[in-house]
Amino acid sequence: MTTALMQELNARALELGVPFSAHLDVTYRCNERCVHCYLDHDDHGEMTLSELKNLLDQLAEAGVFFLTLSGGEVLMRMDFFDILRYARELRFNVKMKTNAFMVREKEADLIRELGVQSVQISIYSHRPEIHDGITKLPGSLKRSVAAIRLLKSRGVNVTMANVLMRQNLHDYAGVRALAKELCVEVTTDPTITPKMDGDRGVLGLGIRDSQLNGIFHDSQFVGNVDEFCAQPAALDDAALDGLPCSAGHTYCYISPYGDVYPCVQFPLACGNVRKEKFLDIWRHSKQINEVRSIRARDLPTCSACTHLGSCTRCPGLAFMEGNMRGPSSLDCEKSFARTGIPSANMLARMASKAAIHDSAAHPSSFSSLIQITTART
Amino acid sequence: MKNCYIARSPMVAARQLGGEMVIMSAADSTLFTLNEVASLIWKSADGATPLWEIVNGKVCAEFDVDPEIALADAERLVGELADHGLLLLTNEPARPSPVGAERSL
Repeated sequence: MTTALMQELNARALELGVPFSAHLDVTYRCNERCVHCYLDHDDHGEMTLSELKNLLDQLAEAGVFFLTLSGGEVLMRMDFFDILRYARELRFNVKMKTNAFMVREKEADLIRELGVQSVQISIYSHRPEIHDGITKLPGSLKRSVAAIRLLKSRGVNVTMANVLMRQNLHDYAGVRALAKELCVEVTTDPTITPKMDGDRGVLGLGIRDSQLNGIFHDSQFVGNVDEFCAQPAALDDAALDGLPCSAGHTYCYISPYGDVYPCVQFPLACGNVRKEKFLDIWRHSKQINEVRSIRARDLPTCSACTHLGSCTRCPGLAFMEGNMRGPSSLDCEKSFARTGIPSANMLARMASKAAIHDSAAHPSSFSSLIQITTART
Repeated sequence: MKNCYIARSPMVAARQLGGEMVIMSAADSTLFTLNEVASLIWKSADGATPLWEIVNGKVCAEFDVDPEIALADAERLVGELADHGLLLLTNEPARPSPVGAERSL
């Protein structure tokens, strides 16, 4: 894909107010029970095929080009291929996310025939005992790998998604070797997100501190370590006037129940397509317009942070921490692991702790933190 | 190319963005944008209407252009799009695609 052209198209979509990309979860049901999953897998009233077709019509009319169909496990819906066929009749560029456990010859043929752009398949480890231990579905690695081979043999673009957590921390090199053997791309991501209901218990599975530092300084993981771990550039107006990300600007997420959110990782309900037209929500929702109004310079802590220009700050994770204008601590940890420089948020928290616990006995520790803040911002 | 019929490939994705048509091929993820005239030809590529009729009936009706020059340009354009697998060229009306009947917006 031409990156420069993509940037130009995204800029035009932003200027025109067009949701160029959308992520639609067609179900939250799943045949796997991944230990880190953020979803409730019970069906609380999924949209019917007819409702989904109507929604797809509206998304096409709104200008959505890139459409991700995901779940849950999409193939838990018996009508998934009807949804997919309809989406392709509307000429969406469809990316499909699946664990591929249920992809056999017939499904692989259909995926190819319907012109799916790419299929993303979750692979946690090259070792069955680790992968299946995470998915809680015996035989899942074997089935998923077999499906990758079927899809590849039909010329379908396949990407492996390798989420890293404590259980599989040491397996990403093995997963990369497996990807190479299967001739597919692999993306590795150490982000574990809180559950949709706000439960942060799963975050304990995430990798932290020295482990994060270790993988961020491993060329097998990041490629060019010097570039990836470079010191942050000085803040300028371009960074301060920048958008936090595409969520709510050119991208949105829709749940199986019709709820519209700025992003799959940003559970701020903006409206429901069972009650309103999609375009009315996209254009007029108070919530989505609030998200849209935020610029980096409006972020009370992050706008003064030395990492602002290079941080991966996720406004959705910040929202789940309590404030969409606040920091996302998980991304602060990543910036620190890359560069060794604490973020403004980390410094403020350290200072706050110092103020509570030590200020009377050790006044100098507080002032030294303030000095670091000054030097880095 | 007098009896040339053109049909959009079922393996591509397409969407109008402003005055342009954005097209991506599923085969190699190549991204294309078409200007207004090329977009009009693309949208008219139903596999059932001959190219000369699209040029005479739509392009020349909307744009101030000489029909012969327009047809020569259109033939060059559809040839290039066919080379990239975006359009299917036939000498007779095309068969239905596996994707199904394309829905117009």
